[in-house]
Amino acid sequence: MPEAKRPLPKPTPETRHFWEGTAAGELRLQRCDQCSHVYFPPRPFCPKCASRQVSVFRASGRARLYSYVINHRPAPPFTAPYSIAVVELEEGPRMMTNIVGCPQTPEALQLDMALEVTFEKQTDEITLPFFKPAGDSR
Amino acid sequence: MKRKSIAVVGAAETTELGLIPNLSQIQLHADAALNAMADAGLGPGDIDGLATTPEWTPLLANYLGITPSWVDGTMVGGCSFMLHVRHAAAAINEGLCRTVLITHGESGRSRVGVGPFMGNRASLEGQFEAPYGIMGPTTVFTIPVLRYMKTYGVTEEQLAMVAVVQREWAAKNPRASMKDPITVQDVLGSRMIAYPFRLLMCCLVTDGGGALILTSAERARDFPRPPVYILGTGEAAESWMISQMEDFTTSKAFRVSGKKAFEEAGISHKDVDHLMIYDAFAHLPLYGLEDLGFCKPGEAAAFIWERNTAPGGKLPVNTNGGGLSYMHSGMYGMYALQESVRQMRGIAAAQVPGAKISIAHGVGGMFAASGTIVFSNQAP
Repeated sequence: MPEAKRPLPKPTPETRHFWEGTAAGELRLQRCDQCSHVYFPPRPFCPKCASRQVSVFRASGRARLYSYVINHRPAPPFTAPYSIAVVELEEGPRMMTNIVGCPQTPEALQLDMALEVTFEKQTDEITLPFFKPAGDSR
Repeated sequence: MKRKSIAVVGAAETTELGLIPNLSQIQLHADAALNAMADAGLGPGDIDGLATTPEWTPLLANYLGITPSWVDGTMVGGCSFMLHVRHAAAAINEGLCRTVLITHGESGRSRVGVGPFMGNRASLEGQFEAPYGIMGPTTVFTIPVLRYMKTYGVTEEQLAMVAVVQREWAAKNPRASMKDPITVQDVLGSRMIAYPFRLLMCCLVTDGGGALILTSAERARDFPRPPVYILGTGEAAESWMISQMEDFTTSKAFRVSGKKAFEEAGISHKDVDHLMIYDAFAHLPLYGLEDLGFCKPGEAAAFIWERNTAPGGKLPVNTNGGGLSYMHSGMYGMYALQESVRQMRGIAAAQVPGAKISIAHGVGGMFAASGTIVFSNQAP
């Protein structure tokens, strides 16, 4: 799949730490220093208590499959059928991603299956986080 | 918001629906607006409030020859028109304007005079959703449903039945795009679009428009058509990013908007004779029936399977055929409102005998936003 043609993110000042993290092989989340709420996507304040005192930390990279679809329509540069998934991170927040390293079928993609993050470099600036079945040494 | 004393006095769709390659998008707005003005016996000079989308309100105002002194361009996707109705009702109640025109037109299929869709890669969805191969509603609106199906044990057959029942309603409607009967097997045998959604579980893509004219209930009695009163309204927004929706088995926006509308109208579920639930995809009537409180969580699929929403059922739903079979230009909310008004006027193609209260419930921007309007042909 010619990954470089994906619509790649343009980091903003508020999200740059996340994309620097993926480039360094880390999945970074934010935690509120006041109420300990962990959240995503990035922003410089807590969406639960509105505190501006928040910290960035490295997430475990472990997740479970929350929901998904398998797109069957042509969508260059993607090769259909491919999954578009939402995973629930061990720390609580959910994020969209693709599930890689397994067949793109309902049989292989079971809700609640254990997943772990894997990183694929797209450009010098952008590395995307994907998820694969946990324990897969790919 | 205080008790409404607002009524719909003009309502119409575009003269044609479906495939309209000879009209640009702004002319679809105008065609519907002219039909609604004729319906109400009004001209452009009588309109002092204008709300519209996806055209820009000042552009359309000039095109129609209207200089509105109240303007709304709220754009939250396909239910924007429910929000326009709500905002217009408040504005008329407050005395900001007297007569509001709300228009919709969309060249969804023919794409005549339609602006390009520009993705912003620095936006949050541009950074955290777009890179993963989403390509509009078929791959975004649909993502929550597997979680819903697993939670409640809902089957693909039950999802298919939503489309089957709506086709039964469409068969009664000469203006519906798709009228031929279909079976659960037909739906499950149709082309896979985005697992678990097959072609017949996805809405149509057509051209068309619609317009409404609202004024105070006090003035409404002087118009040619019997007034359709607005008893209650609700609106809400949850998340434009589907991945950040709180719970994939229920829409918070639906629950908040619906509750507000019911409370404002002072009605209970047993008072509702007719219901429109925006159905861009087959799962939306399930979420709508549950989140509006007509069914308990997880029970809507069985409720539809047992034909409660079908012709002859106790709660007729999507009687025009819905977005799945009637028409869907991209922002279908206007057509749900039009069918509610027709039902309250007693002129719908599949008229519910004696219906006195109708609800039109809309969804917008996938599950981002919601709007709910309670109509009645009885003065409040």
